[in-house]
Amino acid sequence: MSAPDTTPYTGTNGNGAAGVRMRGVNKAFGTNTVLRELDLDVDPGERVVIIGPSGSGKTTILRVIMTLERPDSGTIEVGGRQLYHQPAGDGLKPASEKHIRSVRSDIGMVFQHFNLFPHMTALENIMLAPVKVHGQSKEEARTNAFELLDKVGLAHAANQTPGQLSGGQKQRVAIARSLATKPKIMLFDEVTSALDPELVGEVLNVLRDIAEEGKTTMMLVTHEMGFAREVADRLVMFDHGQVLESGPPADVLDNPREARTQEFLGAVREH
Amino acid sequence: MDGLLLEANQYRLLRDGAWVTLQILGLAFVLGVVLSLVVGVGRLSERRWVRGIALVYVEFFRGISSIVLLFIVAIAIPILLGVSQASILMLGSLALGANMGGYGAEIVRGSIQAIPKGQSEASIALNLSNTQRLRYVVLPQALRIILPPFGNLTIEILKGTALVSLVGLADITQAGNFIRQQQLFGDAGTDRTILFLNILVIYFVLAQIINGLFRLAEWRLEKRFSGGEHLTPLDLPEATK
Ligand SMILES: Nc1ncnc2c1ncn2[C@@H]1O[C@H](COP(=O)(O)OP(=O)(O)OP(=O)(O)O)[C@@H](O)[C@H]1O
Ligand SMILES: [Mg+2]
Repeated sequence: MSAPDTTPYTGTNGNGAAGVRMRGVNKAFGTNTVLRELDLDVDPGERVVIIGPSGSGKTTILRVIMTLERPDSGTIEVGGRQLYHQPAGDGLKPASEKHIRSVRSDIGMVFQHFNLFPHMTALENIMLAPVKVHGQSKEEARTNAFELLDKVGLAHAANQTPGQLSGGQKQRVAIARSLATKPKIMLFDEVTSALDPELVGEVLNVLRDIAEEGKTTMMLVTHEMGFAREVADRLVMFDHGQVLESGPPADVLDNPREARTQEFLGAVREH
Repeated sequence: MDGLLLEANQYRLLRDGAWVTLQILGLAFVLGVVLSLVVGVGRLSERRWVRGIALVYVEFFRGISSIVLLFIVAIAIPILLGVSQASILMLGSLALGANMGGYGAEIVRGSIQAIPKGQSEASIALNLSNTQRLRYVVLPQALRIILPPFGNLTIEILKGTALVSLVGLADITQAGNFIRQQQLFGDAGTDRTILFLNILVIYFVLAQIINGLFRLAEWRLEKRFSGGEHLTPLDLPEATK
């Protein structure tokens, strides 16, 4: 089912995009086991769309990679470096906060509910991390931020705060903010689910552009099957904290092997 | 109208008293704000012992009455330590500031907890450090919740400054007492009701000034949330045209 282990899952590709290798990852909330012995590989530069029923653990996968949730056990490698572990002698030891921060700088995430900073303008939202975390000068960060805003079609909204923007505009600013730190892998958790239907398109267009540029690996959780078919290199069907099946989107969508996948896709289509 | 006013030298006494009151208020406020922030953030620390110390601080300084605290800090401690020269003004401010810190810390803690978790998560995703997250993301938003109750708390401290007359400081209240004694034993024939009315007005005006300053701060903060205008193509930097 999955490709042999000799493929360059880890490390980064020529464009600087980073791969991910998850091995035996477990995560439970109390008695609710959400990720079970999960093995998942993402190639550098690959665009993987994760689908699956509600509560199957899709968000949790992205959150453990973003270090918003700590796995109970297992290892996660990002761009060739262990995320939660550091080399110690022959083995691994739990990573220090400093190590985690260092690996984390390769990862970016865009959230379902945008999570923009409401007390900052669009421009300030985008400039914050480049200036405070990456030590860019304000002028440099401002120029980059304007370029990014222009890229998502919102240069005119630079001085507006999230309260003044529509949902689709907020999400485009949030994407620009995440891009500003040049992540080698970007995680998108249902980034169009909170939007009015007529605003979904403008956000998907921005995602298409990012995919086209190919500078970053993309892991996307979405219910937009048409978009998945068009953009994804691989579709991963997730159920009960494990990969149920995975493959090229056309294969999975048109000829799902597993009954659970057929059931799920049927439910999504009827929707 | 004339009947409502005091004599010029009496106003001079009250003015000097008001200056002492303001000094104590200012010192207590600065200390109170610092303690509120440090202890309020400490209440939410990942480290148990930090949380523990912060909790003990809050419970102690909220539980103890300010007047008892004032006597302990301004009188008992200098005697015990044998420092007779200690400035009562400093010690009085210290007591009031510590008191304010106890209440302020709980306001700060509550306001930080009221900020949606998504704000912290976005900060982590942007790789801000814990301190940066607090400083640039959480506290500026918490301030919106903190300011109104802090205005009230500051006025409480203003009222609390009257207690320092009990440990011998010449604040407004003490100046008032002094004038009262002059009235009783001297020939200044002004009515005591008029005296108290004047003192009341002075406190009232000070409280209104505090109110006004806090309103101004709230207004300025609110402006940050409400954002600016659409930019026209002319406003945009060259690179994006
Ligand atoms: N912080 C948490 N505390 C307790 N339980 C949690 C927490 N986060 C997630 N869960 C539980 O873990 C399970 C998986 O959640 P997750 O959000 O990963 O699912 P999902 O596949 O993203 O679902 P959806 O499509 O509804 O977003 C759910 O049962 C959820 O209730
Ligand atoms: Mg989810």
